[in-house]
Amino acid sequence: MSGEHVLFSLFAISTCASAVAVVVSQNIVRMAFWLIVSLGSTAGLFFLLHADFVAATQMLVYVGGTLVLLIFGVMLTASGPYLRLKIPPGQGIMAAGIGCVFLAMIFVTVVAVDWNETIVTPDGFNEPGAGNTARGLGLSLLGFRPDKDLGAADGSLSTGYLLPFEIISVHLLVVLIGAAYLARAKRRVASTDTEN
Amino acid sequence: MGEIGLKPYLLVGAVLFVTGIVCMASKRNGIGVLMGVELVLNGANVNFVAFSRYTALGLDGQIISLFVIVLAAAEAAVALAIALNFYNNHLTIDVDRGNELRG
Amino acid sequence: MTIILAAGDMHLAGFFQERLFYPNAQPGAGAMILAALVHVALLGAFFGLPAGVFIWAERKISGRIQDRLGPTRVGGRFGWLQTLADGVKLIQKEDLAPAAADRLLFRMAPYIVVVATFAAFIVLPFSDGWVAVASDIGLFLILAIMSLEVLGVILAGYSSGSKWALFGAMREAAQMVSYEIPMAICAIIPIIAAGSLNLGEIGQMQSGWFFANWLVFHDPFTFMAFFSYFVCATASCKRAPFDLAEAESELVAGFLTEYSGMRWSLFFLAEYASMFVVSGIAVLLFLGGWHIGIPISEVTTPAGKYFLNLMGMFVFISKSSLLVFVQIWVRWTLPRLRIDQVMMTCLKYLIPISCFLFFGATVWPLLLSAIFGRTTVFLDLVDKNTIRSSVSSRIDRIPGRSMMSNSDTLQPMSVDATLIVKRSE
Repeated sequence: MSGEHVLFSLFAISTCASAVAVVVSQNIVRMAFWLIVSLGSTAGLFFLLHADFVAATQMLVYVGGTLVLLIFGVMLTASGPYLRLKIPPGQGIMAAGIGCVFLAMIFVTVVAVDWNETIVTPDGFNEPGAGNTARGLGLSLLGFRPDKDLGAADGSLSTGYLLPFEIISVHLLVVLIGAAYLARAKRRVASTDTEN
Repeated sequence: MGEIGLKPYLLVGAVLFVTGIVCMASKRNGIGVLMGVELVLNGANVNFVAFSRYTALGLDGQIISLFVIVLAAAEAAVALAIALNFYNNHLTIDVDRGNELRG
Repeated sequence: MTIILAAGDMHLAGFFQERLFYPNAQPGAGAMILAALVHVALLGAFFGLPAGVFIWAERKISGRIQDRLGPTRVGGRFGWLQTLADGVKLIQKEDLAPAAADRLLFRMAPYIVVVATFAAFIVLPFSDGWVAVASDIGLFLILAIMSLEVLGVILAGYSSGSKWALFGAMREAAQMVSYEIPMAICAIIPIIAAGSLNLGEIGQMQSGWFFANWLVFHDPFTFMAFFSYFVCATASCKRAPFDLAEAESELVAGFLTEYSGMRWSLFFLAEYASMFVVSGIAVLLFLGGWHIGIPISEVTTPAGKYFLNLMGMFVFISKSSLLVFVQIWVRWTLPRLRIDQVMMTCLKYLIPISCFLFFGATVWPLLLSAIFGRTTVFLDLVDKNTIRSSVSSRIDRIPGRSMMSNSDTLQPMSVDATLIVKRSE
């Protein structure tokens, strides 16, 4: 049982168990906590898959950014510690049942396919230090693809991911302005009609 | 025993995906639905990065997952702004109460 | 995650495999766990000892600034062992949790903060090659991991079940999250000058005579970025004048109100350790890392190298401690900012300043190459080509790279002006 297997089991169990805990919890803040654990364990899985940069981005953007945003949203829309939004148990069981059927469908498909034809381990991915993908990723976001660029027979250059990068930058700007406008401070609707 | 292989990662991705869908379908709290969306996107990310490691997809899978992470953050921001607006107007975050346009 | 990153050090794992297990095999789980434990023990020492020393230093320095003596009784005339006495006192306190507290989250919150701060020590190089995980994206990893502290603070404040804690936590979370932006931008400015995110490489790049190669003197923008980074780092460590979270006169103790005993001490351990980490990053990025300005040429004996590295480690720790001393000094000298002033400083002053510095640092090499024909003001006193060649050998590890036919014509690509200059020829 090599170290990689131990680590994979640890992270996979942590990810799946806390994802199920997200669904099962009734308290919204505990759901957020289990989501933090799940996303953090996913970052661990990314480290195992030699994707260091993606793992660090997951921690920084997802866990350190999006989840903080979600928790702020939870705090701002809190409706008291004793009020729990429960669904009728019948609907809960039906949702769980459909989920299990769906999961079984995907499991059967994944296990049945013979993946050995598609598995190609690219060179350089099996050594320590193989997770140093930052330079390759950065260059491809600038428009150069060092693994597909040079040495092409017909002299054509693949353009990398420069255009999606620019589109995402504009997209983020639009989202920033839009969300700030939508969430600007407005007067809240009065909760009671009569005032003493 | 060799390396881990592709299947276990795909199974983890599948569990995350289905859990996210069940969370989206079964929560009354609007923020809970958003958490389901995050889980779904995470499952897809695990899939992408696993394929990038084990098949000829190479760096493309990691780049795509970077874009997915960024887009998920943007979408969470807008969705939270909408949820806050909903809360300010109705004083509740229960999605079952959002039925004013019901025909 | 500590374990996976530390176990990635295959050299130590291979060492254990050779000596203790079957030799000439890939390091198995046992060897990796042993290697991880060694790393964790060393880093645990580095995590705990600075915190202990800095707590004592803070009390002494604050005492002297306030014209009093500070601790003088425990352990001699200067109260050296005061921190130990405090630790013993805190351990034997009753483990309280308020009745309205959310049990699980109340217990988890200090651990999240401690894990976030401790994991940042993994990629921090203390000397040439003395780093637990020599990650190529070291700085990015540190920024990512330290952004987890915010979650611990929010959960601590929420789960305490008291309104002082909740207000303190919300203010604190808003402050920490906002200050991450200018801190990251100011941390990237010397990266533009250095060309690598690997903290070990950046430290190696700053060797040379006196301060000529230190990145703080590389161009005026990195000079200003150092001060800007230090201000943002102080704010993100919740230190005065930005310490609204622990504002004793306003919010009782902010998010720490309901914490007592060992859990409280975990928060403070994490705070002093994070002060050390951000000072360490400032030293590595700006102030020359473990170099003191006297380039010692190739020492071939392993003992000599080890001795030099040991000296380097002491130099690094001294420089970081100097910056921590500046943080302590500032805390007891300046008055506290209000929360709206804190947010205004970040959003209206520090973010535009750091964006301007970023733009300037990017344009500076182009300007210099247009005027002088080279990209640095001082001549390269360190053979940067040796560092660049080690970088280009890592470009060969990009997946699929060996499928290329003429791989030897690839120039080492660095993301500074030389790339643009080359492309325009």
